[in-house]
Amino acid sequence: MRSRYLATVAVALLAGGLAACSGSDDKGADAAADKGGPIAVNASDTGCEVGVTDVDAGTVQFKITNKGAKVTEFYVYAAGDRVMGEVENIVPGLSRDLHVELPAGTYETACKPGMIGKGIRGPLKVNGSAAPLTEDAALKDATDSYSRYVKSQTDALLTKTQEFVDAVKAGDVAKAKTLFPVARTYWERIEPVAEIFGDLDPKIDGREEVVEEGMKFTGFHAIERDLWKTGDISKSGPMADELMVNVKEIVAKANAEKLSPLQLANGAKELLDEVATGKITGEEDRYSHTDLWDFNANVEGSKAAISALRPALEQRNADLVKQLDTEFANVDSALSKHRNGDGWKFHNELSQDDLKALSDAINALAEPISKVAAVVAG
Amino acid sequence: MGITRRKAMTIAGVGVAGIAGAAAGATAVLAADSEPTVPVSAASGAVPFHGDHQAGIVTPAQDRLHFVAFDVVTKDRDRLVSMLQDWTAAAARMTQGQDAGTIGAVNGIPEAPPDDTGEALDLPPAGLTLTIGFGPTLFRDASGVDRFGIAAKRPAALEELPKFPADALQPEISGGDLCVQACANDPQVAVHAIRNLARIGMGVVSVRWSQLGFGRTSSTSRDQVTPRNLFGFKDGTANLKAEDTALLDEHLWARAADGASWMDGGSYLVARKIRMTIETWDRTSLGEQEEIVGRAKGSGAPLGHQNEFDELDFTIKGPEGEPAIADVAHVKLAHHSQNSGARILRRGYNFVDGSDGLGRLNAGLFFISFQRDAHKQFVPIQLNLARHDVMNEYIRHVSSALFACPPGVKDGGDYWGRELFS
Repeated sequence: MRSRYLATVAVALLAGGLAACSGSDDKGADAAADKGGPIAVNASDTGCEVGVTDVDAGTVQFKITNKGAKVTEFYVYAAGDRVMGEVENIVPGLSRDLHVELPAGTYETACKPGMIGKGIRGPLKVNGSAAPLTEDAALKDATDSYSRYVKSQTDALLTKTQEFVDAVKAGDVAKAKTLFPVARTYWERIEPVAEIFGDLDPKIDGREEVVEEGMKFTGFHAIERDLWKTGDISKSGPMADELMVNVKEIVAKANAEKLSPLQLANGAKELLDEVATGKITGEEDRYSHTDLWDFNANVEGSKAAISALRPALEQRNADLVKQLDTEFANVDSALSKHRNGDGWKFHNELSQDDLKALSDAINALAEPISKVAAVVAG
Repeated sequence: MGITRRKAMTIAGVGVAGIAGAAAGATAVLAADSEPTVPVSAASGAVPFHGDHQAGIVTPAQDRLHFVAFDVVTKDRDRLVSMLQDWTAAAARMTQGQDAGTIGAVNGIPEAPPDDTGEALDLPPAGLTLTIGFGPTLFRDASGVDRFGIAAKRPAALEELPKFPADALQPEISGGDLCVQACANDPQVAVHAIRNLARIGMGVVSVRWSQLGFGRTSSTSRDQVTPRNLFGFKDGTANLKAEDTALLDEHLWARAADGASWMDGGSYLVARKIRMTIETWDRTSLGEQEEIVGRAKGSGAPLGHQNEFDELDFTIKGPEGEPAIADVAHVKLAHHSQNSGARILRRGYNFVDGSDGLGRLNAGLFFISFQRDAHKQFVPIQLNLARHDVMNEYIRHVSSALFACPPGVKDGGDYWGRELFS
């Protein structure tokens, strides 16, 4: 664990501004602040109807109903896909609430049926006046913004890991195989936070070769091996329970953390390093070959960290932000060639040329991302 | 003795032909005591082949490496011994700047292939050393068969290395029954030596894997400037050095009392090919790189210290009261104070084996260390590193091998492995 760069637990910055009221499923006090009740969002597999797209600044409440057949997500994005608020894992037939504090400005709403891709976007205008953030405030805000992201991801991680664990314990190999890359998506998006907790990370996500002689191989990848290599999960139940315990523990710890802006910058870079060393090569998910799910989640996590820093970066180096936008778009476009339905092709279905193109796109993005830390620190 | 490579030296007026010239060169190598960089004349000279210890261990590390591991393909002990004798004779000649065979590259009859391959004609000895080692599998094969009647002589120290956490070893570039480490200041001289030994060994041995290296990554003498590895850091500052004779006796040279009399004066060689993901390393901030290593990148001084060769003091604090050298810094984890006093002599080289097809250089460190007992020295250090070193995010061990390097060849009547096979 490096002491100054990532793994050190940051001295929590004072929470300021936007975090206070956002979050999903809040009940009570906040609702009183909303004008005219929640904005209805009708999400389906092909549409995302937002009842009102012109609102006043302040706390805005959405009520998202999933009328489609796919699990969906709902986001409110500021410029550069900076997440102002989101609800993950809205299963078909259910409604979820989102409260989000929005300063004046232009935003986008998005539903993500199947939980992947850019989603079905729509404009959202927020009226009123808002003073621009000072540079320091922008950095503090980055910390809060990323904390919201971690909260939403960990909520979904708990839910999806539980579903995965339940499927394993029920002996449902097919269902467990389907859920494996989905649960891992939430994990991979916030891996830099998880890695702070040195001993839990290998227990949850350790690969077979990292396990010392005489030690037990546990976690996602041990279950992955059982699912794909032997297809026998009759004895995997205790391991699945243990995974759930460890995930719960790391989620509690992760939500108690606040990453410093410098840690966010380094985390964004490290997520791409993960892609470059583990996912491109197919080492990460060597039994299931679901590496592209992790690949995409790492990129999304990297983008979330950069998005949180975006207002500060815009003030300090707008050209770098443009370059990052371009390179993120290039990665997305390179990756989108390998989309398969709601998921991705398997790693062993990609040619060497495909992998080279992805590797080049990641390197092209990682280079400008490696400059973000110095901009933040400067 | 026929025309030798030193003809070129004579023409160039650098030295006298024959053994005298070679000996002069050797003197120059050993006498280069005050110059931080080895002068060209010394770098091109010859290193004595005969001695108590094999050359190529405490010999000031040359700039180039060709390392080769062989499988023994014969079942005939006599053929193996005969080849070792032939190898020894060829090695004695080549290290002194002569052709591999007594006829030479161009002096034979036109109908016969030359007994030297010729690419080192016109080249000086270039400090060539050839160091042989015997692998665990020479004694017993995988199914436990005593292949050449020497199984009882296998030292306990030649047990196979354990698996370390995160090892990603490729069997086809690991292990081997025999190894030869060729080091020289001219890559062509090193390659020439290995090529000729491989040719002499046809039918008896088969090349299992081989590795080229450039840019020594360790100093083995205080006269040498500490070189840099491909992470850009000075490497080998705290290495065991030729001048540390008491430490060498304790940590480097095996003794008969250790259990195998034929290894008296020998040493155990560990080779590990360590791929560096240099692309991700290169986008890591300077501060993080230095924290991972535990040294300043420019001066090589330990963090919180002034000079490169300052003794590591782990009690020194940084500006915020944290240890200046992090507990998981590479220099701390590898330091003898953290490993029950274990020290090793490192003699590794950088490598770049082209690219990997994903737009990245296939680069890293070909780690070589010598020690009295790898299981008591290399193993605890590597376990500590494999468990805790943050540098592991940027490296991958892809090959591993262990060899017992016997003592030096005493004279013209001696040969590599005589005491093992007698």
